[in-house]
Amino acid sequence: MLLQRIADNELFSSLRDMQRIQQQLNRLLSVGASPTDQEFPAVNVWTSADGAIVETEVPGVDPNDIEISLVNDTLTIKGSRNPGKLKDGQTCHRQERGYGQFMRSLQLPFSVETDQVQARFSNGVFRITMPRAEAEKPRKIGVVSE
Amino acid sequence: MPTEVMEANKQEAVVQNGAEQTRPHKLFVPRTDIYESQDHLVLLADMPGVKQESVDVTLEQNILTIHGWVEPQKFEGYSLTYSEYEIGNYRRVFALSNEIDRQGIQASVRNGVLKLVLPKSKRAMPKKITVQTE
Repeated sequence: MLLQRIADNELFSSLRDMQRIQQQLNRLLSVGASPTDQEFPAVNVWTSADGAIVETEVPGVDPNDIEISLVNDTLTIKGSRNPGKLKDGQTCHRQERGYGQFMRSLQLPFSVETDQVQARFSNGVFRITMPRAEAEKPRKIGVVSE
Repeated sequence: MPTEVMEANKQEAVVQNGAEQTRPHKLFVPRTDIYESQDHLVLLADMPGVKQESVDVTLEQNILTIHGWVEPQKFEGYSLTYSEYEIGNYRRVFALSNEIDRQGIQASVRNGVLKLVLPKSKRAMPKKITVQTE
């Protein structure tokens, strides 16, 4: 019995050591990781010769709480998700959904027509459609043979 | 100022018993909040991209399964140049400890969040027994 207890203690202390090493390793490794890993919300960007579409998943966010701004070729998405308040007599069993404010800036690969930007929100997915600036559209150059 | 509690990465569902999905898309575990009051349970699950009509909720014995189907959208002429998240369906299974009144279950989807209200059955509700003195 006593022996078992000693063994357990030793096991636990070595486990703690291992956890400590793991944490240090994680910290070490996370330095080189890309900063976008943790950024909220995650985005998908679709592009073509005519423009770009940015899609992002923001479930539970009220469309009125989202603010989009476009300065030159930088798109900024700002918003917040309100925490659900517990009423009297309610207890929380599980809380995995995050809440709070978020902000995300993206640099687009080209300038866009700022006044023709469309933003749509459906089922928790936000879609921003941006036509490419006319002056920047790729142009085909005809070759004239002499 | 992104808060640390918001996580951008979706958690992919673990395949059980080596069984594979019959549908080609990925399967994710929706992040869920559950709270309880005296007479009902409320469940909120993040399912971005899921419409009201493409949610499936089943309660068998005390096993609650929620399923959400997403139709991935393709944009004609566009190509996905930068991607941080994948699109797929959602599925999660819960074992409920309380007896639930099946008839009274309400499910709704708003802004990509599934809300389930599960009323407890009368039998499972705590009863107050008064002690009489003789």
